[in-house]
Amino acid sequence: MALLEVNDIHTYYGNIHALKGISFEVDSGEIIALIGSNGAGKTTTLRTISGLMSPRAGNIVYAGRDISSTRADLLVLSGISMVPEGRGVFAKLTVEENLDMGAYVRTDGEVADDLDSAFEMFPRLLERRKQLAGTLSGGEQQMLAIARALMSRPRLLLLDEPSMGLAPVLVDVVFEAIQRIASEGVTILLVEQNAHMALQIANRGYVLQSGEVAISDTAANLQRNEVVQKTYLGID
Amino acid sequence: MLASEASRRILRLGLLSGGFILFAGVIGMIAAFHEREVVDDFISLGQVLLLATPFITSYMAATRLLESGESPRLALAGGLAIGVLSALPTVILLLFNSDDYRYLLDASLKLLPFVAASYLAWKSHAQGNEPRQVAATWLIAALLIGIVSFGFALIFEVKGDLRGVLVNVDRDWVEVVTFDHRRELWTGIGLLLAASAGAGLSGVIMRILPEVPRRALLYGLGITLLVGAFGETVRLILQENLDRDTLRAIFRRDTLRQNAAAMLFIISTFAGFLWAMFGGRAQSEFAALDDSRRHQVRNLGMLLFAALLLALPWLIGRTLSDVAVTIGIFVLMGLGLNIAIGLAGLLDLGYVTNYAVGAYILAVLTSIGPLGLFKGTFTFWSVIPIALLAAMFAGFIFAVPVLRMRGDYLAIATLGFGEIIGKLALSDWLKPLIGGAQGVQNIPKPFLFATELKNPEQLYYIVLVASLVTLFVSIRLNNSRSGRQWMAIREDEDVATAMGIDTARAKLLAFTLSAATGGVAGAIFAAKVGTVFPNSFTVFISINVLSLIIVGGIASNPGIVVGAVVLIGMPELLREFSDFRFLMYGALLILMMINRPQGFIPSKLVMHEVHAGAKPKVSASD
Ligand SMILES: Nc1ncnc2c1ncn2[C@@H]1O[C@H](COP(=O)(O)OP(=O)(O)OP(=O)(O)O)[C@@H](O)[C@H]1O
Ligand SMILES: [Mg+2]
Repeated sequence: MALLEVNDIHTYYGNIHALKGISFEVDSGEIIALIGSNGAGKTTTLRTISGLMSPRAGNIVYAGRDISSTRADLLVLSGISMVPEGRGVFAKLTVEENLDMGAYVRTDGEVADDLDSAFEMFPRLLERRKQLAGTLSGGEQQMLAIARALMSRPRLLLLDEPSMGLAPVLVDVVFEAIQRIASEGVTILLVEQNAHMALQIANRGYVLQSGEVAISDTAANLQRNEVVQKTYLGID
Repeated sequence: MLASEASRRILRLGLLSGGFILFAGVIGMIAAFHEREVVDDFISLGQVLLLATPFITSYMAATRLLESGESPRLALAGGLAIGVLSALPTVILLLFNSDDYRYLLDASLKLLPFVAASYLAWKSHAQGNEPRQVAATWLIAALLIGIVSFGFALIFEVKGDLRGVLVNVDRDWVEVVTFDHRRELWTGIGLLLAASAGAGLSGVIMRILPEVPRRALLYGLGITLLVGAFGETVRLILQENLDRDTLRAIFRRDTLRQNAAAMLFIISTFAGFLWAMFGGRAQSEFAALDDSRRHQVRNLGMLLFAALLLALPWLIGRTLSDVAVTIGIFVLMGLGLNIAIGLAGLLDLGYVTNYAVGAYILAVLTSIGPLGLFKGTFTFWSVIPIALLAAMFAGFIFAVPVLRMRGDYLAIATLGFGEIIGKLALSDWLKPLIGGAQGVQNIPKPFLFATELKNPEQLYYIVLVASLVTLFVSIRLNNSRSGRQWMAIREDEDVATAMGIDTARAKLLAFTLSAATGGVAGAIFAAKVGTVFPNSFTVFISINVLSLIIVGGIASNPGIVVGAVVLIGMPELLREFSDFRFLMYGALLILMMINRPQGFIPSKLVMHEVHAGAKPKVSASD
């Protein structure tokens, strides 16, 4: 059974119809890529899944439960964690305080262990644990945002354009980290402009266009698809 | 080129300072401050204002000039110029105002359009415009300016003198600015110019002095002037502890005698000298102590401070205890509002609501007058928790509709609620219950084991205990799970939600807890004054509380106490300020926001915020 099922959702900003009936599913343990051009509705899809917005029609089923109108904070508790677009770190808190905040919903006593493993995954953060997050470089902030999302021990991790604005070397670091997170059993829904990288690590992918799913296929097939090559991979 | 830049700076600062003195005179501030003698038969607060302005201005100018590599000679000349310029606008107004020289005003008003138009025409010519355009410029300018200035000339002719138009340009003002030489105008003007120039010059000299004597003199001057300005207060304090004769040797009524002032100046300069010489060493020695010793020293300090707090009413006497109670009431409200504003970042401008609820609850439940519901069944102590809960309830109710609002919108909505409460208290609808404009009267004072706590000295302890409890709770809150929720919300509400924080609940909690102390403060206020009127609950209460938080240092508990002492205590102590309180508030707020946006005693967190931009890699210390 799929971990996440999105069934024909319609989401609006006022009367702007942003998502016009999107459906897809994510199985446990998969990495799924959502690609599409600017304004296609990728961020809106993630916001709808994570409960920051609710769909006007259609439903979202997570672990067998309809979560279409569940509040965002409760979804964190049931294992959905998001790295927002543009990172959204708490600029005036230190790296460590940011990570603590990520573990806000947890009541078990193992937060300290997870802090250690976050620092193990991103050693750069360890050096800067007392530094204010707002003063980190863009790449470091992205690492922090991912590490913070992991602190709630999610089953499903939603990533919104983790490679945005990063130098190629850092993009590699971030994508390696994503693969490692996936190998530890976290299911990943990855929104990316960098279709090339996203399709390399994903199992399957969906192409969004003006609020609708245009193509859906395995990542390997998408990489060979002519339309995708032309529009999203820049290959003529 | 450089020299001209320096002289332009001097000109600008001098005119600014002169404009300020003129303004202070025209609005009546100088004359009002003159009522307060700082040193008996020597200098008044008005004159201090008159001289401190050029002094401070030229001190600042000298700092800038010396820093940009100008010579001390130039700085001295600058100080002299600033001194003269500071007096100049006042001198001109003096001339215009005197019967003998009124024609000067008339003549200059009538000349002004021609001179100004010619200047503008000349500029237009210099820009290469055609003669026809130049002529048109001259004509239009002369006409427009002429209408205004001939109009003014007419008004002054009809009114006879300036007093009819500028109501504060009166005899008192003339007397202050001429140093009591109203009759010999030119002597007065000479004195004013000389004194002002001297002040400007001494500002620069002060700046040029080496650090140790400079700091010593500044301490001496500052302390003497402060003691003199607050002579009434100081006398009240000393009165509790000194015998009559000593007191009479120091003060003539409320003002410091000259000998005493001189002694004080010498002593405080000497003390300042010692501090400037050895203070740094003491501090570094303290820092060099090992942790446990440092802890001991700090604890000793805390203990002394606690003892001072406990003994305060005996040290300062009745009048000042009354002021201390008022300050305490505002400290309570400041600590409460800080939960919403400082911790959760919710800009609440309707805090007066909670204060009013607390006051009216206490009034109605305990009053023995006609409006009292129970006539003495309820005591002060049993109503305090009720007032607290009622205020929390009000905070909760008003929070529900504004939960989705942010920033400016939230501020406006809460401002509206504050106004609603004021109107409700005045309304006919609630009149049978809370008395409308007449308010509720005959509120008994609290009793503690059969003793009536009727003096401010006794009420002080209630406020003290309430403040300490609040302080304790708010420190605990800040370090709690709720504190972290609020911190996240203040930073970014959306991301806070993404962390799994129920923002609606966290905000409700912040508003509700924040309201609690407002209710207690209101109840204590009602018991203190014995009557509750609607016009005690205006938007100014909210503004005062907000200002004291900002001035003291947002989210900083010691800052709130300092803010309350400065903003609430000072105007109470310096009655001469009272009319100008809001003017001084405004000036203080603007100055603070420009020079010290983090407040007097900033909290660690806000320090990060203010400095994060400047130093990209500050690390959070401990
Ligand atoms: N707050 C908003 N109010 C109104 N319209 C919005 C809002 N946010 C997004 N939209 C619109 O919804 C559509 C989808 O936007 P969305 O942010 O989901 O795009 P995206 O695929 O994430 O694009 P990008 O790759 O540029 O981030 C766009 O047409 C956008 O203009
Ligand atoms: Mg987007």
